[in-house]
Amino acid sequence: MADILALHRTPAAPRRPGSGGGEVAELVRKHGLVGLVKPASEHVVEPDGVGERILPVLPELRTLLPGGGLRRGATVAVTTDGPGTTSVLLSVLAGASAAGSWCAVVGVPGLGLAAAAEFGIVLERLALVPDPGPDWPAVVAALLDGLDLVAVAPPGPISAGLGSRLAARARQRGSVLVPYGRWSGADVVLESTGGGWWGLGEGSGRLSRRELVISARGRGAAARPRKATLWLPPGTVPPPTPIIEAAPLLEAAG
Amino acid sequence: MSRTLYVWCPDWPVIAAGLVEGLPVHEPVAVMAANRVVACSAAARAEGVRPGLRRREAQGRCPYLVVVLDDPARDARAFEPVVEAVEDLVAGVEVIRPGAAALAARGPSRYFGSEAGAAERIVEHIAQTCRVEAQIGVADGVFAAGLAARTGRLVPDGGTSDFLADIDIAALDRPELVDLLRRLGVRTLGGFAALPAADVLARFGLAAALAHRLAGGRDERPLAVRQPPPDLDVGQVFDEPLERVDTAAFAARQLAERLHARLAGHGLACTRLGIAALTGHGEELHRTWRHDGLLTAAAIADRVRWQLDGWLTRSGRGPGGLVRLRLYPDGVVEYAGLQLGLWGDAGEDRDRAHRALTRVQGLLGPDAVYTAVPAGGRDPGDRIRLVPWGDERGSEPELPWPGGLPAPSPATVPPVPLPAEVYDAEGAPVGVTARLELTGVPARLGTDPIAGWAGPWPVDERWWAPAEASRRVRFQVRLADGRAYLLVLSAGAWTIQGVYD
Repeated sequence: MADILALHRTPAAPRRPGSGGGEVAELVRKHGLVGLVKPASEHVVEPDGVGERILPVLPELRTLLPGGGLRRGATVAVTTDGPGTTSVLLSVLAGASAAGSWCAVVGVPGLGLAAAAEFGIVLERLALVPDPGPDWPAVVAALLDGLDLVAVAPPGPISAGLGSRLAARARQRGSVLVPYGRWSGADVVLESTGGGWWGLGEGSGRLSRRELVISARGRGAAARPRKATLWLPPGTVPPPTPIIEAAPLLEAAG
Repeated sequence: MSRTLYVWCPDWPVIAAGLVEGLPVHEPVAVMAANRVVACSAAARAEGVRPGLRRREAQGRCPYLVVVLDDPARDARAFEPVVEAVEDLVAGVEVIRPGAAALAARGPSRYFGSEAGAAERIVEHIAQTCRVEAQIGVADGVFAAGLAARTGRLVPDGGTSDFLADIDIAALDRPELVDLLRRLGVRTLGGFAALPAADVLARFGLAAALAHRLAGGRDERPLAVRQPPPDLDVGQVFDEPLERVDTAAFAARQLAERLHARLAGHGLACTRLGIAALTGHGEELHRTWRHDGLLTAAAIADRVRWQLDGWLTRSGRGPGGLVRLRLYPDGVVEYAGLQLGLWGDAGEDRDRAHRALTRVQGLLGPDAVYTAVPAGGRDPGDRIRLVPWGDERGSEPELPWPGGLPAPSPATVPPVPLPAEVYDAEGAPVGVTARLELTGVPARLGTDPIAGWAGPWPVDERWWAPAEASRRVRFQVRLADGRAYLLVLSAGAWTIQGVYD
C-alpha cells in the first residue's frame, strides 16, 4: 500500500527561505535561522500525530488533504460526477466518525448505510436528514452548530453567496462542511477519477474488492493536484498481479 | 408507540384506609396530610369536600366527616393484592403508584379477544378477589392511558393526540410549569404540544421537554431508553432476615442512595425500577415500578419501602422475612444533567450534537432526522432500519442471515428500486425459470453492455405468509465503463436495488 501512495505523492521541492530575497530573508540569514523559519504554506502537521484542530481521516486519504486530515472550519467538497462518488463521500466521513466525531448527511436519501458501516462509520453518531426540503440551508446551519462533519447534497445549483455563508458558518463553529455536488469556493475538492471492481466473472464470482482513485485539487496549501488510491473494503490489499479478466477496469486509474 | 392498559382505582387512599382500618368508605371520609385533604370519598365530595381544603374548612362543609391521616405505606400495602389480582390474568404489570398500575395492552387484548374484553375481565377479577372498584383506560402510552382511565375510556388506536388535545394543562401534574404556561396563555395539552419541541427544550429545560412529549401523546419514548449494563444493580444480603417494616425502610433508603449514586456516576437516570427479594422460605419476589419522569434517590427509596411493606405485611409470609434484596434499574435514560464534563469531554460533544439535532427536528418535524440501526435482512435495504432521532434504537441483530449478500455493500440504495431491463446478446429479455436457470446470458443492461455478472442468488422469504411473501433472485452486474449494480428479478420485473457507487 505504501509504495502505491508514494507513487502519487510528489515530494515537495525544497525551498530555501533565503532564496526569495528581501529584508526578512536577510534577517533570517544573519541570525543563523536558516532551516528554522519556514513559509506558512509549508506548515504541515505530522500525519500521524493529528493536531487537535484536525479531524483524522483514513490513512490513504492523508496525502490528499492539507494538514493530513480534515481541518476544523474547512470546506471539503466531493463532486458527484462519475462512478464511485458515494464511496468517496463515505471514505471522507469514515476516519473522523471512527475516532469519535458526530456526522450528519443531509439530502442523500439513497445513502447505503450498510456500506457506511463497512467503511467504519459509527451509525450511532451518524444523523441522517434525507429530505431537508426547501429550507435546507437553515438545516445545514443548525447542524454545523453542533456536529463535527456535515455532508450536504444541495438540491440544485446554489448561489456563491449562500455557499460562502455556510462555509463561514462552518469556519466560525469549527465544523467541517462537506458539500456533495456542485459547490464553488471549497478549500479542497475531492473527485473520483478511476478505479473499478474486481472479482466478478462471466456468471461467476462476486464483487469482492474495489480500487478507488481519488484526486484532490483546491486552493492554498492544497493547490497542487494530488491523487491517492484506496482499496475497499478497508484492509484489502491490492492483488499482487493484475487480474486479466478485470483489465478493462483500469482504464482511468492512475 | 405501544398500546397501554391502565388500571386505576379511584380515591385509592380512601379505599386503602377502608380496607386496612375498616372505615365505612361509603360515608364521607377524607384522608389528610399536613392538614390538607389529599383524597376523599364520593360521599364527602358530594358534600363539597375537595382535595386541597384545610381540615377545618372540610369539616365546616361536612360536619360528620371522618378524617384519617395519610399513610403512603398503607396505600402501597393495600394495593399489593390488587396488583396480584391483575397478575393472575396478565403478565408484565408495572405499578405506577399505589392505586394505579399499567401494562402493555397488546397481549391481553389478543388473549381476551379485544381491548374492551380484556378491560372488562380485569375489572371483574379485581372486584371479585379484592372487593375493589377499578377503572380501565387504554391509549398509546402510559400518560394518555392514565387520563383515559379517569373516564374509563378506551381511546382508539391513533386517536391519542386528539384525545389529549382538549384536556386541561393541569393534567401534566407539574405545578410550576403549568402555572408558567397558564400565564403564557397555554391552557390545554394540545396548545402545549403545538409549541415547537426545540423551543420548549431551550426555554424550559429537560423536564419540560419530557412533559411536552407527554402532551403530544408521545410518552412511550421520552428519551432514548437503552438496555442498562448489568453492573448497575445494587443488592444486599441480610444476616438477620428483615421482618419489621422499619428496618426494611432503613435498608431501602441505603440501597436507594447507592443505586442513585451509581447511576449518576454513569450519567444515567432511572425511569423504571425493579425490586427483587428473596425470603427466608426461599421464595423469589419481584416487582417493577415505573415513573413518568426521572426517579430521584428519595423517590426510589419510597417505592422500595412501599414494596417491602407490602411484601412483609401480606398474610402468610410473616416469619420468613427477607434475606436478600436487590434493586436494578429496569429502564434508564441518559441524563447528562447529572454529570458535566470538567474540560469539555465527549459528553459535551454529545450534548452539542443532541441540541443541534433537536433544533433540526424543531425545524422539520420529529420524523425528518433519522439514525440508522443495523437490522437483520438479506438485501442492503433490509439490513438497516431507520429510527427517528431520539427514539429507542432497539437491539442489533446477532444471528447470521443465511442468504445475505456479502460485503462490500452497495454505497447507494435507491429508496424506491429503479426499474431496469436486461437483455441477452440477441436482444431478448433475460428471465429465470422456476428451476433457477437463466433463459439467456445477460449482455446488456438497458443499452449499456455488461462486462461481468454473477447470479442468480435466490431468496424465498416468508413463503408461509402470502401477504408478505417475497420470492426473488439477485444478480451482481458490472458494466463495461466500471459501474456495478445489484439487480433483483422478482415476478418477471428487473429492478436496480443497489448501486456499487
